[in-house]
Amino acid sequence: MIIASLLFYLFAAVCIASAVVVVTARNPIHSVLFLILAFFNAAGLFVLLGAEFLAMILVIVYVGAVAVLFLFVVMMLDIEALAITDTLKRHAFIGAGIGLFLVVELVLVASGWVASTGAGASVLAIPGNVTNTQALGALIYTHYIYPFQGCGLVLLVAMIGAIVLTLRRRPDAKRQDVATQVAKPRGVRLVKVPTGSGV
Amino acid sequence: MADFLTPYIGHTGAVFATMLAGILCVVVVLLLCMAYLTYYERKVLAAAMLRKGPNVTGPFGLLQPMADGLKLFLKETIVPTGANPVLFLLAPVLTFGLALVAWSVIPFGPGLVISNINVGVLYLFAISSLGVYGIIIAGWASNSRYAFLGAMRSAAQMVSYEVSIGFVIVTVLLCSGSLNLSKVVEAQSHLWFCIPLFPMMVVFFVSGLAETNRAPFDLVESESELVAGYFVEYSAMAFALFYLGEYMNMILVSGMTTVLFLGGWLAPFGLTFLPGPIWFGLKIFVVLFGFLWARATLPRFRYDQLMRLGWKIFLPFSILYMVAVAGFLVATGTLPNGG
Repeated sequence: MIIASLLFYLFAAVCIASAVVVVTARNPIHSVLFLILAFFNAAGLFVLLGAEFLAMILVIVYVGAVAVLFLFVVMMLDIEALAITDTLKRHAFIGAGIGLFLVVELVLVASGWVASTGAGASVLAIPGNVTNTQALGALIYTHYIYPFQGCGLVLLVAMIGAIVLTLRRRPDAKRQDVATQVAKPRGVRLVKVPTGSGV
Repeated sequence: MADFLTPYIGHTGAVFATMLAGILCVVVVLLLCMAYLTYYERKVLAAAMLRKGPNVTGPFGLLQPMADGLKLFLKETIVPTGANPVLFLLAPVLTFGLALVAWSVIPFGPGLVISNINVGVLYLFAISSLGVYGIIIAGWASNSRYAFLGAMRSAAQMVSYEVSIGFVIVTVLLCSGSLNLSKVVEAQSHLWFCIPLFPMMVVFFVSGLAETNRAPFDLVESESELVAGYFVEYSAMAFALFYLGEYMNMILVSGMTTVLFLGGWLAPFGLTFLPGPIWFGLKIFVVLFGFLWARATLPRFRYDQLMRLGWKIFLPFSILYMVAVAGFLVATGTLPNGG
């Protein structure tokens, strides 16, 4: 359908353009905001593919949580627009080298790529009456259960590691003990005051 | 209606026109509801404080919201020096826009929904998790310390409470077996989820108060310490868009509570003489009273108390309840097998 292909070109173009701006923007906050725009357009591409579950998860996880924390951290750092210094120029040279290497690799892989004969059939493997949320769940909780749970464990370890590394016990920190505070002290009486008459 | 228009503008055009008309209806009704929510709030607060509330403009003060709106239209929008003008003006538009687009998946009645998508619940969750951007961007672009402090508080608060909202939503999905909001409502035709999942409804409602930055969790705007928090630099329509967005989000959270726990458009006790959308509206009205009641009654939470409640109480509790519900459904073999 023509609308779908127009939307595809719109999402793809905005996605690439905003990804470029992420790297080139002087202000780091603008970079993060354009990163969010790129995530959004990627989600739009997922919707066009019929993978609405992935699209929503992309928005919830990356835009709703990860990018918020990025923005949070970047705003806390007091960075003015970056000036191009000598160190930056030296790093730019190394960066360009790595980038060139990656581009050559990608071109080599893409030029040697041939679609396998069964690829067309596997695209249509999901029957029409099953939503892709169901299809995904049926796969990752049965066939791929061990890799899936493994990913979960890795994330758990990373989370606990981050907490252990940053947690400091400060002896001077004031803590609130809700139970003692709420407990009724002696000599205090709760009085029900009738409306409009005062104590 | 689409069939009636087809001979004039073709099938695609007719579908498009019907959809546009639907969106227009929803937006107009929402804006009216929002205007009268401010009136409702002032009346409820006044009653709680033994005052009269707005009673001068029009009969019973009913024209007060219109007068307020008109006043804001006539004021000048000021962009402070040192603010980032593009982001400064983008933030209120974003807040208001997000508050509106969320309504596209809310079912007002059987079949009465703008976009009946299969991942409606996730869509709502995604949109509500984006709400924080309007606030952070406003706080940063204003180039003001008060606004920035408000934005920082808001970011931490909204991210924290989203986690428990996520678990509450998962529990509801376990009971309904579908991510489609219409099917979630239909799954409650025998028993509203507020009965078996009552504690989760409380968690959802309180987290909703925190998500919308309402009292007792309004330390994002806390007027006694931050003047007005993230929108301290805003005036006129830019301020009005924030204000509209906040009230629209209140109605949205009430609508979500209604759809997920109170049976959406379903009539209680077989009282079907009123149509579904009317019941939906009445339920939202009742849930909104909870919002206003909380504001009139409870003192503001301190920041560490807010974090303690979110991470140490709501999160473990909602995980435990979710595991218990899943275990019960599997043990009794009543796990729904929806699409």
